Amino acid sequence: MADDVILVADGVQRVFGGLTAVDVDHVEVPRGRITALIGPNGAGKTTLFNLLTGFDKPTEGSWSFDGHQLAGVPAHKVARYGMVRTFQLTKALSKMSVLDNMRLAAPDQSGERILTSLVPGTWRARERAVTEEAEALLERFNLAHMRDDYAGTLSGGQRKLLEMARALMAKPKMLMLDEPMAGVNPALVQSLLEHIKQLRTDGMTVLFVEHDMDVVMGISDQVVCMAEGQVISVGTPHHVGSDPKVIEAYLGLRRAVEFEEGYVEGHGG
Amino acid sequence: MDVVETLTESMRQAVGPQAAAFAIAAVGINLQFGYTGLLNFGQVAFLLAGAYGLGITVDAGGSFWLGLVVAITSAVLLAFLLGVPTLRLRADYLAIVTVATGEILRLVVGSAWGGDNLGTGGPQGVKEVTGVFRDLNPIPDGSYGFSSFRFESQTLWVTLVGWTLALAATLLVRQLVRSPWGRVLRSIREDEDAARSLGKNVFAYKMQSLALGGVMGAIGGIIITLNFTSVIPDYFIPTVTFFAYAVVILGGAGSVWGPLVGSVIFWFVIQFSESSLDATVPEDILSSQDLAALRFVLVGVLLMALMVFRPQGLLGKKEELLADG
Repeated sequence: MADDVILVADGVQRVFGGLTAVDVDHVEVPRGRITALIGPNGAGKTTLFNLLTGFDKPTEGSWSFDGHQLAGVPAHKVARYGMVRTFQLTKALSKMSVLDNMRLAAPDQSGERILTSLVPGTWRARERAVTEEAEALLERFNLAHMRDDYAGTLSGGQRKLLEMARALMAKPKMLMLDEPMAGVNPALVQSLLEHIKQLRTDGMTVLFVEHDMDVVMGISDQVVCMAEGQVISVGTPHHVGSDPKVIEAYLGLRRAVEFEEGYVEGHGG
Repeated sequence: MDVVETLTESMRQAVGPQAAAFAIAAVGINLQFGYTGLLNFGQVAFLLAGAYGLGITVDAGGSFWLGLVVAITSAVLLAFLLGVPTLRLRADYLAIVTVATGEILRLVVGSAWGGDNLGTGGPQGVKEVTGVFRDLNPIPDGSYGFSSFRFESQTLWVTLVGWTLALAATLLVRQLVRSPWGRVLRSIREDEDAARSLGKNVFAYKMQSLALGGVMGAIGGIIITLNFTSVIPDYFIPTVTFFAYAVVILGGAGSVWGPLVGSVIFWFVIQFSESSLDATVPEDILSSQDLAALRFVLVGVLLMALMVFRPQGLLGKKEELLADG
C-alpha cells in the first residue's frame, strides 16, 4: 500500500529539566489508516500527543500536518486545521447538556463571535444544521436518549463515547485518541473498537495511544512503539509485536504493567 | 422598635442607587465568574476606573459625555492590562493580580502624589463631578415615597438610571449566554483544555468576558459617583468586590437574573440588620460601631446558611451542582 502521509514529525524533542521525555527522530502517520502508538507507561506517548496537538511546546523539532507546519502553532489552531484530539482523562463538559457538548464542537458558527452572537438571525440556520448533525452522531454512538442530560451524569464509558462523537463534530481530518479504552468496561471496549474501525471505513485517519498490545493487534494498520521517549519500532502489528526490541522494552514488562493496572482499578473503581 | 420604619428603610436601601450600582457590577462578575469561571477578585478596580475616569475628565473641564467615554475606555484598558499576563495562566493568577491591582489603584489615587500628578484630588477625591447629568433630571424637585421609603428628586433620578442600566446589562448577558458565544464561555468554565481541543481561542474569549464584565463594573462605579456627586477614594476598598461576589452567590452564580435579585436582598439584609440591631440593643451593651460590625457577622451567617441549604443560590440550578464531576 503506497500510502499518502498526513503527518510527518522530525527531530521532536521535549526536555523536562534533566529528563528527556520525548526524543523522536522521525515518525509518519499514513492518511486514512489506523495507527496505534504503543509503549509502556512513561514512554512519552501522551507527551508526544500533547506536543503534536499544540498542548505542549517542544524543546526542538518540526512537524507538518496535511500541508501545515505546526511547530509553535497554538492548540486551537491545530484543531481548526483538522487534527482533533481527545484526552486520557475524559473532559466531558459536566454542566452542559450532551447536545451542547456536541454543538460546541461544530466549526464555522458565526454566533460564536461576540457581536454576531447578539443577532440570532445570523446564526440560527447554522445552529439548526449543527443540531441535526449532532443528533445523527449521538444516534450512531448510542447516546441519543441522553441528549438533554447534563454530561456530568454520564457513566465513564458513555463519556468516552461522547468525547469521540464530539471530536467528530469538529470535522477532523485526523482523530487523535488518547487511551480511548482506559477505564472502560470490556463490553464497551468492543463497541469502541467497532466505532474506530467504522471511522477508517469513512476515510478518517486515526492515531490512538494504547498500552495494551492485544487491543492494538486487531484493528491497527500501523503500530508505532515508543520506549523511554524514543520510537523503537514501526510497522505492521505483527512486525512490531515480534520485534525483539519491543519485546524487551515493552512486552517484558507486561506482567508488571497488568499487575499495576489491576491494583489501580481495584482502588479507583 | 418601629417595625414599619425599619422595613421601609431597608426597602429604600434594597432598591436604592447603591443596590443598582452593585447589581450592575455583579452582572459583570456573573459573566466573568458564573459563566466563564474567571476569578476577578478586583472588580472594585473597575468601579474605581469608571468613577475616576468620569471624575478626572469632568474636573479637568471635559464634558460629562467625554467622561463616560474615558471611564469605559479605562475599564477596557485595565482589563487588557490585567488579562494579557494572567489569562494564559491558571485561574488563581488572575485572582492574585486583580486583588492586588485594586489595592494599588486605590492607594495611588488616594495619595497626595496622585492628587498632584494625576488630578485625582488625593485623599479628598474629586468633587462635583455630575456635570450635565444633574441638569438632565426630568423629575421635578421634591421628595417622593412614604415613611422612610423616600427619595429626593436627584437620588430618584440616579436610581432610575441605575436600575435601567442594570436591566440593560442583564438583558445583554441573557442574550449573550444563550448564544453560541455563551456556550463557548461555559465550556471554558468547565474545562478550557477541552474548549481548546475543539478549536476555540480560549484566551480571546476570556479577554472578552473580562473586559465586558469590567465595563459593567465601571458603570457601577459611575452610578455610585453620580449618587455621591463626588469620587471618594476610601469607598473603593476590597470589601466592595466581596460584597459584589456575595450578591452574585446569593442570587445564584451562572443565573441571568441572580445578580439583580441578589443585590436587592443583600442590601435589604444589610440595612435591616443594622436598623433592627440599632433599635433593640441598648448603647451601653454594644456601641453603634460594634453593631455596624455585627451586622456583617449576621450577613456572613446568612450566606453560610444559604450555602448549606441552597448552595446553588436563590435562582441557580440545582442540577448544575449535581452534574459536577
